[in-house]
Amino acid sequence: MSEVRESGRSVQPANGHLAQLASDVLAMAKQHGATEADVVVADGENLSVQIRLGSVDRLSKAREKRLGLRVFVGKRSATSSTSDFSSESLRRLVSETCTLAKAVVEDPVSGLPAADQLATDQPDLDLYDETRLDTDRQIDLAKRAEAAALASDARITNSEGADFDSSWGRVVLGNNHGFIGEYRSSSYSLAVSPVAVDPVSGSMQRDAWYDVRRKFHTLDTPEAIGREAAKRTVRRLGARKVGTKRVPVVFDQETAGSLLGNLCSAVSGYALYKGASFLGGQLGKRLAPDWFTVYDDGRMVGGLGSRPFDGEGLPTRKNTVVDNGVLASYLLDTYSGKKLGLPSSGNASRSVGESPSVGPTNFYLTPGTCSAEDIIRGVKDGLYVTELIGFGINMVTGDYSRGAGGFWIENGELTYPVEEITIAGNLKQMFSDIEIVGSDLVFRGRIASPTLKIAEMTVAGN
Amino acid sequence: MGQLIPLDSFGVTEHDVLEALGRVKVRDVDYADLYFESCVSESVSMEESLVKRATKSISQGVGVRATAGEKTGFAYSDDLTRHDLELAADTARYIANSPGGSQPVPVPVHSRPARDLYPVPHAQADVATADRVTLLNRIDAEARRYDPRIKNVMASFNTEYKIVMVATSDGTFIGDVQPLSRLQVTCIAEDGGNRQIGSFGGGGRIGFDFYRQGDRYLNYAKEAARIAILNLSAVEAPAGVIPVVLGGGWPGILLHEAIGHGLEADFNRKKTSAFSNLLGKRVASDVCTIVDDGTLPDRRGSLNMDDEGTATARTMLIEKGILRGYITDKLNARLLGIPLTGNGRRESYQSLVLPRMTNTFMLAGESNPEDIIKSVKRGLYAVSFGGGQVDITNGKFVFSASEAYLIEDGKVTKPVKGATLIGSGPEILTKVSMVGHDLKLDEGIGTCGKEGQSVPVGVGLPTIRIDEITVGGTQAG
Repeated sequence: MSEVRESGRSVQPANGHLAQLASDVLAMAKQHGATEADVVVADGENLSVQIRLGSVDRLSKAREKRLGLRVFVGKRSATSSTSDFSSESLRRLVSETCTLAKAVVEDPVSGLPAADQLATDQPDLDLYDETRLDTDRQIDLAKRAEAAALASDARITNSEGADFDSSWGRVVLGNNHGFIGEYRSSSYSLAVSPVAVDPVSGSMQRDAWYDVRRKFHTLDTPEAIGREAAKRTVRRLGARKVGTKRVPVVFDQETAGSLLGNLCSAVSGYALYKGASFLGGQLGKRLAPDWFTVYDDGRMVGGLGSRPFDGEGLPTRKNTVVDNGVLASYLLDTYSGKKLGLPSSGNASRSVGESPSVGPTNFYLTPGTCSAEDIIRGVKDGLYVTELIGFGINMVTGDYSRGAGGFWIENGELTYPVEEITIAGNLKQMFSDIEIVGSDLVFRGRIASPTLKIAEMTVAGN
Repeated sequence: MGQLIPLDSFGVTEHDVLEALGRVKVRDVDYADLYFESCVSESVSMEESLVKRATKSISQGVGVRATAGEKTGFAYSDDLTRHDLELAADTARYIANSPGGSQPVPVPVHSRPARDLYPVPHAQADVATADRVTLLNRIDAEARRYDPRIKNVMASFNTEYKIVMVATSDGTFIGDVQPLSRLQVTCIAEDGGNRQIGSFGGGGRIGFDFYRQGDRYLNYAKEAARIAILNLSAVEAPAGVIPVVLGGGWPGILLHEAIGHGLEADFNRKKTSAFSNLLGKRVASDVCTIVDDGTLPDRRGSLNMDDEGTATARTMLIEKGILRGYITDKLNARLLGIPLTGNGRRESYQSLVLPRMTNTFMLAGESNPEDIIKSVKRGLYAVSFGGGQVDITNGKFVFSASEAYLIEDGKVTKPVKGATLIGSGPEILTKVSMVGHDLKLDEGIGTCGKEGQSVPVGVGLPTIRIDEITVGGTQAG
């Protein structure tokens, strides 16, 4: 069987079984003494295959469902979740959640968003693809990707495998201000992780490449992904350490994305009101050069982070986080917004089972005009970073020290691969020291950045 | 507990379980298992002196797995009807390409793990929310009393109560109850424009009383406050290759990242580990002996049995510098023809079994810890760390110090800002020249991530001297 392709609507009329369940649970919460409540119900299915050296290594298939409840008893609140939807179990959960809420203290700021802030429009953001790939088709796609990697260079003699995952899900959110919303989404991803062996030293290197999309037909070809994975792996062979010094550092798309992820964490309302972000009190102040602009766009059509409404039912929107170098907006939900005296930015994130928090939608740095090659060409002696490892970031101070790998740049050319080094600085300084941003913005996740160059950081090696 | 096997917790009969097992164990399947899990987790947290968040989460389900050669077929379901078990069994056996139809499996003997490393009565695990609230409020007061510069205290108390049942095609039918809890305190200190953070915590497979013994929870508060205040006066960390002395306990994360992951049997079967083919070879100096031990009472990384029903064990990984063994689960032990060590672990019924560490630590040596510090002219003394990470294939690992000091002329002097240490797994332990007699296990806060799955682990270390490692600070030269 091959895939069935249809363009599905991603926003469904909210009259299905899950919506009924949500409203039943809201009614139950009221009976148990909740003054306000909201409910999120998610269900989905996924199929994943892993191929290794041409054979199936793993095959996994599942359906799952989960319900999350948040109740308020006056100004006290508690959250809960379950995968058991039997009415007896749900009744017990509702009762226990209300009891839990009564055990914590009053929080004057707590509560649902005001009714007039809830989303009234729920646009179809084209997040859903009904294409169902059967097991053999997924196996075939993963095999092709791995084979392309193995065939592209004789030094690629081993593999950690190729993974093809597909998943489809549905989210329903309801609260007792009468909001009920529902949307569906899908995702298809293909990743390959080859291992190359240095024919002289016998030492090994691994790297990987991947693509992930909401629509199957927009996914890169298995061959393109496999070849890129091979290229990235082979070029690391023969990596060595370099001396300790301060030099310009160019971050490739992936590592620049991780840097942007650090910015995203620092503008989270929860980190800010707790005094746990180095960007506290910086709203309206200069963070970066005046051509540096960052958006968080919840309504990008087909975006991996898009959704018609946020985790509290507020409409998503396009927020300017950094406007021409000036910190213009934090990422907020109703609670963290109130703590900071600001309205929600529509960034409530609600992973079923956890207390609501905030998260990015599609968070990206606007591209410049230089190609990555041009940026590298402008560096006389410096580092091109393609890999970062470890957790050496202090979000309170912005102090940054991470393990890195990449290539040494000499006179505008990539010369040899480097490894077992660290790069260190302070995030606040690093953002203000960004000199150039590339033109190569590509979304492979919810956070994306073009290549960028930081004027100077400490590289520690020999 | 009335019965050996917690069938009642899952509302299934032995007949249903055996029938599903027979359905998945078709001709070409080497091994099959069913893993039933029921887990209740609760969290209460405090910030701004208010205990204002409480969550409770309930999950229940079954994972069904079949292996044939190197292939694994897997399915899971959060419904436990006969029909769901059959569907999962049919998916899991898909990899074997065998004709369908049920095949009888040996009737397993009901058993219970031979020992109980964490005999926490349910009542102890299920402590009243009000008691947790009281404890968190006292933590807040204690941390603020430590120093007026402590401006915010965040604390969370998490508990998990997991009931598992494993039925396998090799004749095991066994159950376990696995309590787990953790108390974590984070303080933010502020002095002028300078702001710093300090964290401390602990836990294990223990009851609520553990935290009250000797006012342990108040010590967590004081430690978190002390570290935050200390870091207010931290200077820039050095950059480059220098000698490093690691303190005992949690710095054992070095072992977890530098060698532990590299010795997990899956990477070695696939020959993607920097440690592949090094069995019997020297990978550390002869003062280093390292074990993985899942049998320590009450510890966060301990288990009566692993998630395949195998009793956990103490496994020699490195003996006086020589690589002696790998960490295995059933699939990899069978394919490699090496001993089964009881390290087959999974995050939940929704995840596949992988060979994972339990409590990994270095045995005590003979040096006096003070002499180790005295031996260093200029270096770093690191006593606490945040997380770490490793690239299995090239062996490069990092771990990031959160409390560290300069050593100048054999004396511990100024505190330094957090910095990442980076090294190469197969080489770093050959540079360990002194091992203290002060082995310490960590406080019980470790969580290890692999292939997206998190499992609780422990680490331990005596004070050790590493002659050279790259320290990633900002102060070159």
